[in-house]
This record gives sequence, structure tokens and C-alpha cells, in this order.
Amino acid sequence: MDWRDVLTLTLVSLGALFFVAGYVGLARFPNALSRMHALSEVDTVGLGLVILGLLPQASWPFGMLKLIALWLVVLLAGGTTGQMLAGAIHAGIGDNDDAASAGSKPGNSRRSAG
Amino acid sequence: MPDLPLPDARFADIPLGLALLVLALWLIATRRDRSAVIGFTAYGLLVAVVWVRLGAIDVALTEAALGGGLMGLLLLTAAARLGEPRGQPAPPMFMRLLVGLLCVGVTGVLAVVVLSLPTPAPNLVAAVAEHQHTTELGNPVAAVLVAFRAVDTLLESVVLALAVIVLWSFAPDAAWGERPRTLELGTPGPALVLLARLLPPLGLVVGVHLFWAGADDPGGPFQAGAVLAAMATLMWLARLGAPPPVQSRLTRVGLVVGPLVFLLIGLAGVVAADAFLGYPEGLTKPLILIIEAVKTLSVAVALALLVAGPPALPGNHLPSRAAS
Repeated sequence: MDWRDVLTLTLVSLGALFFVAGYVGLARFPNALSRMHALSEVDTVGLGLVILGLLPQASWPFGMLKLIALWLVVLLAGGTTGQMLAGAIHAGIGDNDDAASAGSKPGNSRRSAG
Repeated sequence: MPDLPLPDARFADIPLGLALLVLALWLIATRRDRSAVIGFTAYGLLVAVVWVRLGAIDVALTEAALGGGLMGLLLLTAAARLGEPRGQPAPPMFMRLLVGLLCVGVTGVLAVVVLSLPTPAPNLVAAVAEHQHTTELGNPVAAVLVAFRAVDTLLESVVLALAVIVLWSFAPDAAWGERPRTLELGTPGPALVLLARLLPPLGLVVGVHLFWAGADDPGGPFQAGAVLAAMATLMWLARLGAPPPVQSRLTRVGLVVGPLVFLLIGLAGVVAADAFLGYPEGLTKPLILIIEAVKTLSVAVALALLVAGPPALPGNHLPSRAAS
């Protein structure tokens, strides 16, 4: 096992740890905004570490560039959907089942979607 | 890493299969339209991963682009159009039981059929592999689609154009000549506008690459067209542009040029290659490339128009459930 495999194993495992932590957060956090925070951490740090770990295994240049491009696109998509979801929650659109998330935002007039 | 004993890669399929089953059950059980649509989109992406695990990359790409992408958007706009049903009584118990029994019956029959297939299942893989070299294509899926079963592919591309005509015919008389407005859902946020500026150049490259690579690697006009259509709908959603009005000559030409060129080349085959949709020797690859290029364009136009919806009058694009 050369140093590249050690690097891959370490970084991908660390990334997987972030994934687990993020999904625990998704299941346990009380309201939608903090759940989204947990998920966006998975997207950025978790996937970032996994991709960083896979880089030594990829072929130079195109394999590596593809992996990096993949990460950038996921960052872009994740950031955008996070912003849009948060905007929808602020506007009172969206159907949160738990009263905790509705109560956590003072002045949150629950208008209907449309 | 040959020196490290790795577990069988198929173990990774167990959680994947379980996730698919659980998500499918949740999809059936959920009562909210919008939640069901979002779940269905995630389901499409999971199914795409399953196709990758089964080695069917072409199918996986189509499923990801259509089932996970455009279909999700189409269903979301449909759910928004319908609104949340309120105060509607649940269907009677015997009806629910009947539907459940029918579904279980269909699933059971399918399971019996699949499980009773001999291994390997009867297929034409050997026949395709034997004649693939005559098409000069490296991707056997492309060879089947554009050469061996070209009639099916031709009819499919005609169906897409017909679907747009059917959709347009749902327009009220007064709205004829207007542009589709289904995607005009409120004011787009700045994040969506940014995405709609950054992603389309990338999507354009990916789409053209999928078409070009489709000759020898997984990909092809359908996947490429779906990616291009997704970019168009993203820009329409962000109001960086608007779908063309139904009387736009350019749009109509784009819609029919794919099937038309396919049909003309096919008819020319009667003279040049002694068969409808036959390709004369030596010209096979160029003709196939021309067909796939125009088909990519037409698929993109058709899918984008299908998501954009029928033409509608300004401000009249979201009728409530009661009014419709």
C-alpha cells in the first residue's frame, strides 16, 4: 500500500464521518433551517474530503479535473437550493410538520403557496 | 490495491436496494403532492444509480436526466398548478383495497415473469456484437437505436413532436399565439438567477459532449437533448428569458427537423441501400452523425416545450383547482 492509498483511505473515511454527522443532524435537529445547515456541511466538507481523497486515484489530468468539476457543480447546486429553501421558509411557504420549526421563527406569517 | 482484501462490491447494493424499496413505499403512502414529487425525483436518481450498478450507463443517464430532472420539474409545476387538495374525502375503503390488490397483482406477475426467465435471459447481444462493426459505432446501444432498430427510434422522435402538438392544443382559444407561462412561478430569488447564469454554459458543453460521445461511449441524442432542455427551462425559471411563442417559426422548425431529416435519410436509403432506413456503405457514420445531431436539437426543443406547458394569457397561468 503506497502513500496514495493511505491518503485516500484517511480522507475518504474522514469525509464519510462528516456524512454520518450531517445525516444525524438531518434526523435530530429541531427545525428546517438547522437541518439544512447540517446537510450543506455534508455537501461542502464531506464531499470535498471524499473528492480530495479520490484525487490520488484518478488519472491526470482529466480524471482529476472531472472530480474537481463534480465537486464545484455540487457546491453550486447545493448552495443554490439551500438559499432557495431558506427563502421559501422565510416567506412562510412550505409545509413543516413539526410545530417547533413554525414556532422558532417569530413573525412567521404562514401564507399559502401560490 | 491488489494486496488488500476488499469486500465484495455487491455488498454496496444491499443498502441501495433497501433505500429504493423504502422510498417507493413512502412515495405511495405520502398524501402531499409536493412531498411525493420531491420524493419521486430522489427516487429517479436512486434508480439511475441502480442502472449504473447494473452496467447500463445509457439507461442511467436517461433516468437521471429525465426521471430525476425534467420529470421532477414537470410534476412540481403540475403540483403547484393543482394546489393542495383540501377537504376532499378519502376514497372509500373498498376502492383503496381494490387499487392495492391490483398493484400487488401487477407486481406479483412481473416478479414471476422476471424470476422465471432462464439465465442468461434470451437476448440479441451476440447478434448486435456480430454486426456492430457495420455501423462504425463503438456504443452498441447507439448501434441498436440508430441502425438495427431505427424504425422504433424514428417513431419515438415523431411521438415527441406529436406530444408538443397535443400539449399546445390544450391552450384556450384566446391564448393561441401567446407564450407558455407555466414556469412563471413568482419572482425568482437571486440564488436561482445566479445558478441560471453559471450553469447553462457548463450544461451546453455537457450536452454536446453527451451527443458526441454517444457514438462510442454511453450517451446519445436523448440524454444530450434532455440536458440542453434542462438548461433552457432553468433560464426560463429564472426569467433570464422566456419560452418562445407558439407561432415562432424557428421553434417549429427546430421541433420537426429531427424526425424530418431522419425520415428523409431513411427514404433515401430505399434507393441508395435497398432498404428503408438503410445506410449506403461508406456513408454510414456521417449519416448517423447528421441524424443524431438534428435529433439532439429536436429532443431538446420538444422536452423544453413540454415542460414549458401550453400557451397562456399573461397573469392567467395558475388557475386554482376550483376554477379549472
